[in-house]
Amino acid sequence: MLEYFLSFLILTGAIFTFIGSLGLLRLKDLFTRLHGPTKATTLGVGCLLIASAVYFSTYTEAISLHEILITLFLFITAPISAHLLAKAALHLDLQSIAKIPENDEVEESGTDAAIIDDIKDSVKESNPASINDTPVPLDETDLQKKP
Amino acid sequence: MLAISIQIALTLVTAAVVMSFWRLLRGPDTPDRILALDTLYVNTIALLVLFGIYLGSALFFEAALLIALMGFIGTVALCKYLLRGDIIE
Repeated sequence: MLEYFLSFLILTGAIFTFIGSLGLLRLKDLFTRLHGPTKATTLGVGCLLIASAVYFSTYTEAISLHEILITLFLFITAPISAHLLAKAALHLDLQSIAKIPENDEVEESGTDAAIIDDIKDSVKESNPASINDTPVPLDETDLQKKP
Repeated sequence: MLAISIQIALTLVTAAVVMSFWRLLRGPDTPDRILALDTLYVNTIALLVLFGIYLGSALFFEAALLIALMGFIGTVALCKYLLRGDIIE
């Protein structure tokens, strides 16, 4: 009975590990690829390590706790590394297959130039002298000071 | 029963290692390769644990724990390098 249970756990873990790497191989862009191996880490390797813990706890005298340690460590670190990878991919501005969301209601006020104009207007109302479209020309005395 | 399922599992995990190695070679970008390395070390842990059950030896768990530690540190260092251009600032 225990043998069937262990075989089930081992086969489930191996199949999930396989599917995770298959996702890594087949999916289209990094952001979708990122989620395949996460399942391989948590469910796949988790099942294998539980199977190993049960096996060594029953077939030898001592209770085997190494696997629990590895499982705990993997469960803690997998989200951190996935988060850092996603941050790096966003930083490098990688290609994504996700469409840019269309937003018809804020189309007029949502563009970058319109937002910049709005900010300029609000600043001008509070402090009209702070924004000049043309750069301030240097005085001749400033130019003479430079070597 | 257990021996047959361990052999099937070893085959599947080896295929997983080969696929993530192919992604490591293909790229196309640096985060893809880092992700492939991350998957490779997780697959290696799975292979080591399976091999430990197959041989009936508890010797491999320290190696698996070390691989988990070093792999995580490697992934974080590579991502920090991509994000900041420097690892220890």
